[in-house]
This record gives sequence, C-alpha cells and structure tokens, in this order.
Amino acid sequence: MEKNINFEMKTIETSMTHTNLNNNTPLFGLGVEFETARDLYHAAEKVRDAGYKRWDTFSPFPIHGMDQAMGIGKSWLSALVFIGGLTGFSLACFMEFGASSFLYPLVVAGKPTNIMTIPAFFPIMFELTILLSALTATFGMLALNGLPRWNHPVFNWDRFKKVTEDKFFIVIEAEDKKFSIEKTMAFLNSLGGAHVTPICEDAPVSSQTVDYRL
Amino acid sequence: MSNGTATLESTLLSPAEKQVQRPPLVLNKRTMAWISSYVSTIVESDTPRWWWISIAITSPIALLTPLLLCYLVSTGVGVWGNNSPVAWAWDITNFVFWIGIGHAGTLISAILFLTRQKWRTSINRAAEAMTLFAVVCAGLYPLFHVGRVWKAYFLAPVPNANAIWQNFRSPLLWDVFAVSTYFTVSILFWYTGLIPDLATIRDRCTTKVKKFIYGILALGWRGANRQWRHYEMAYLLLAGLSTPLVLSVHSVVSFDFATSVIPGWHATIFPPYFVAGAIFGGFAMVLTIMLPARALYPQLHDMITPSHIDKMCKVILLTGSIVGYAYLMELFMAWYGANPYERDAFWYRAFGPYWWAYASMMFCNVISPQVFWFKWCRTNVVAVFVVSMFVNAGMWFERFVIIATTLARDFLPSSWGMFHPTWVDIFTFIGTFGIFTTLFLLFVRFLPMICMFEVKAVLPEADPHYGEEH
Repeated sequence: MEKNINFEMKTIETSMTHTNLNNNTPLFGLGVEFETARDLYHAAEKVRDAGYKRWDTFSPFPIHGMDQAMGIGKSWLSALVFIGGLTGFSLACFMEFGASSFLYPLVVAGKPTNIMTIPAFFPIMFELTILLSALTATFGMLALNGLPRWNHPVFNWDRFKKVTEDKFFIVIEAEDKKFSIEKTMAFLNSLGGAHVTPICEDAPVSSQTVDYRL
Repeated sequence: MSNGTATLESTLLSPAEKQVQRPPLVLNKRTMAWISSYVSTIVESDTPRWWWISIAITSPIALLTPLLLCYLVSTGVGVWGNNSPVAWAWDITNFVFWIGIGHAGTLISAILFLTRQKWRTSINRAAEAMTLFAVVCAGLYPLFHVGRVWKAYFLAPVPNANAIWQNFRSPLLWDVFAVSTYFTVSILFWYTGLIPDLATIRDRCTTKVKKFIYGILALGWRGANRQWRHYEMAYLLLAGLSTPLVLSVHSVVSFDFATSVIPGWHATIFPPYFVAGAIFGGFAMVLTIMLPARALYPQLHDMITPSHIDKMCKVILLTGSIVGYAYLMELFMAWYGANPYERDAFWYRAFGPYWWAYASMMFCNVISPQVFWFKWCRTNVVAVFVVSMFVNAGMWFERFVIIATTLARDFLPSSWGMFHPTWVDIFTFIGTFGIFTTLFLLFVRFLPMICMFEVKAVLPEADPHYGEEH
C-alpha cells in the first residue's frame, strides 16, 4: 500500500506540471488505455461501480455487453424510427388518397378508388414507410451521437489515434461531479491500464514525452 | 482435452467451445492491427499498375453509355431496336438484369446480419458497393425508356400545370417508388457501415489532404460506446428494414409483368421466382468481382477464405435450383392450365424463333450450377469463376426470354414480330458494364474494401470474456 501511495503522489505532480505547460488550458478529462476488450470491459464495470456519470469507453468495434458494463440503457433510436415509419406511412396515404380520391379521381380497369381497391395502394405505402424509417435510422443515429462534428477534445491525445485500430480507452470527463484530478487519476491507475493522461480541451497532449506510470 | 496434447489456446477455450470448434472466420490467427493495416494499405499504398491498366480499359467503355444516351435523346427513340410489338426490349431486360444483381448485396448485408451469419463480415462491404453500382446502371434504363427523359419528373407526385396526378395503382409507379427507395436505403446502409472504417483510415493518414477528406467523410466518429450503442441499433434497424425491402423490390419488378394479361407474364409464381433469381444472379456477380479482387490482393485470402466461396456457391446452388423449379413449374402450369394462349406462349419460348435464348437460359441457370453439389467445384476458384460467368449470362437470358419472346408472340398472329437490337442497344449495354467496373475500381482504390471493425469484432479476442472460465 505504501508503494501505491508514493506512486500516486508522483503521478499527480507530473500531471500538474504538464497541465501548466499547456498555458492552463482547461482540462477535458483523464484518459487511460487498455490492451484488450476484456480489460476494458472489467475496467468499465469498476468505473460504473465507482459512481462516475460523465465518462465513456472507446473501442475499435462495438463490444458485446458493454452497455450493461457501463450501466447505460438501451438506445431509444428505435422509438424515433417508429415515428419516422408512421410519418412515411401517413405521407403515402395522404399523397395517394389525396390525389386519387380528391384531386384527380381515376377509374382503373373499371375500379374506382374506394375501400375495395385499397390493396393496389399498399406497395407505395410500404415503400415510403421503409424509406422514412431508414432515413430516420441513419440521421437519427447521427443526431443522437452528436455527429457530424469537426473535432473533439479526445483527439488531442496522441495515443487516441489507435482507438480505431486495436487499442481501448476510458475517458472520465472533468465535468463529472465525482471528478477530482488526484482521486480520479489514482482510480484510473488502479484499473490496470496504461498511459493515464490528462486531456486538454484545446491543446495537444502526448503520453510519450511524460510517462505517467513512472 | 485430457490426452495431454492441450495447447495454451485450448486451455483458454470455454467448455462449450471445447466441444465444438468452429472453423475460424479469419485464418492464421491475425490480430486487429493486422486487419487494419492490411485493409488500409490497399487504400494507402501507391496505385498499382494493374489498376491504371484496368481503369484505362473500363472508363472509355463506361463513356459509351452516356454518349449513346445523348445520341438517343438528340436523335429519337428509333435508334433503339424496340418497337411494336416488342416495346420493352433490351432496355427493360437490362434494367431487370442490373436491379437483380443488386439483391445479393442487400441479402448479404441485411438478411445474413439478422440471421447472425458472421461469415458475412468480410464480404458485405464489397457486395453492398456492388449493389449501389448495379442499381445506378439499372436506374438509367427505365429513366430513358420513358422516351422523353426531360419529362421524367411526371413520375413524381408534384403539382403541375396540367393538374394531372399519377395512377398510384400502376405497377410501373410502384416500381419508381421501389427502386428509388431501394437505392436510397442501400446508400444509407452502406455509408452507415463505412463510418467507423473511414475513421480508421482518417487516423492512419499521413498527408494533410487525405486526413482532411477522410476526416470529413468519417463525420467525427470516435468509437465511444455511447456512440456504438446508437450505431448498433441503427444498423440493426436498417438491416430489419432492408430485409422486407429487398424482397419487395424484385417482387414489385415482377408485378410489372405479372399484373398484365399477356400470356407468359400473367403468373402468380413471378414474385418468389424473381426474388430467387435475383439472389442467384447477384451472388454470381459477387463471386465474379470478388475472385479477381482476391487474386490481385493476396492479403485478402485470410479474410475471404475458401469457406466464404464455398458458402456462396451453396447459395447459388440453392437459389439456382429454386429458379430451375420455377421454370419447370411455369411449363407445368401452362400445360395444366389448358389455356391455349398460355400453352402456345411456352411452346414458342422453348421451340420458337428464340429457342436459343431459352436453351442458353436453361443450360446456364439450371444445369451449370448443379456442379456445386461437388465440393471440388466449390473449392476450385477457376471452376467457381466459370460457373459464375455462366450464371451471369444465364440471368440476362432469363430476362430476355421473359420479355422479348413473350411480347414477340402474343394473342394475334397478325401482331407477331421479332426484336433485333441495334448497335446503339448493344453498345449502351456494354457501356453499363464499363460504368459498373469503373465504379468498383474506384471503390477498391479509395474506400476500405473489407468491413474492418466487423471483422475485428468476430475475432475470438473481441469477446469481453475471452479466455475466462465460466
């Protein structure tokens, strides 16, 4: 335990110096890197149990069961898509019956537009339901994810480039109510990852120049 | 595992995995970094010489189509060979041919996703791209088939000066909605799948220009789990929406024929028969383009494995047999229906002036894929390629047989006639192959051909409980 405390103290010192070096730009949060999906998964469970709220895990691919490990619920994108689908269906009904019943009534093969001839209107209702659902699924997903966006503070961290290749990260934001640079850094060090690094809002940070693990 | 030969790996496997060991989806125990670098280097490395040679051949061919369409519009519809009685000739044949090819891509990306067929991950990206390019080629034909292409907006329900509205009960209008929806949804599905991989390329880029372009295309993706959960839901929903869509598109295309009263077209068997044929022809086209791509990029061999080719051959065998059954059932119904017009229509198909098209169709679609009952044929790349070329040709003949032979011989002998393609017909069609291959070459060069993040996710170490005993 004594060794551990000693280690923490050193880490804090270096990190403080480092933040000062960057003209006191505001701190976005603290990041830690993991080698495998399994390590990330178990670390995420610990962050969840520690009670942090404003944090995220980053991985090259979606990890099965990570939502539970992070303690976040199911995506409610499906509700948006349901509304999108209903809109498409209503639009098709409005368009088809508006035109065929009121604006330009047609008798096709001796059959007027009425309840008996509705099946012939189904294909376009179906297609527009699918079309608007799919548009809602894609653009709704982007909107819920806050995309597209030009940049994000996590990209200031040089090691973060590997997130789309084969490395796994946890970042706890400074905005979190439980966040304190000393305690959170000690906590992240205890998770078994590497390269615990303070990430600045708008200045590049490097884990290569200063080794925070010492 | 008690025989003392347990390796380190086998001790890491869970008891369930020890019982049944599935063949690995990625061969040679490749790592995630290997997948990223091998797929990305295709995009990052210098343009290979074969690529320049190929595109130098395909792009002039691709130019044929727009030039000949200009010629068509500026001169008049008579430059095409379609005329009464064969009013839907090569243009609709080629439309159905190309739109059918697209179906394999959506089947791989949507239906195999919903049925959790993990082997799809290394072929879905290229198959989806193929879908888009095939639909581009397909869409040209009905657009120009309307004759006055500058009036094509009449198909869209917009208020116009004539106060005329569309007939929403027409299968041709259903087709407009089905094909445009299909194209839009295919683009959305494809691009959604590309976002995380574009982010990989962005993070590997060395030059500023590339970083800017791929950065814009990746939309700021950062792989956060709070993003992944919406992303996975969106992907699941898109797969769920595309599945009925892909089945509906070719059904609607078949309604163009089936809802008419022409003998040989008026058949309830058409929708399932068309869908099976579309998947059949589409898988053949996937193999036709993936086998050369795999030969040119040997690093793909570990991701597009012989097992993938084997599975695609089995799909071709299954759908080819369904198509063969439909051909025979059509003949049976014509005979059993005891309608003289229907009987004559099929008699002329098989023994009339277009017998050669019917015979080619039967040979290419029904007989040739039967060699896939033998494992040797499914694992021999040359044999697979030859059969897939037969199927491509056979599916074109099928559409030609359905359209041309039926219209050439309808009720009254006085209105019988033959269709002869003009040189404009022929070169416009050849040009669409140029468009298709040029777009595919550009895709291979500038976008990741394999869905990297999905392939990483099927590696054993992607499991968060990898190596843990339960």
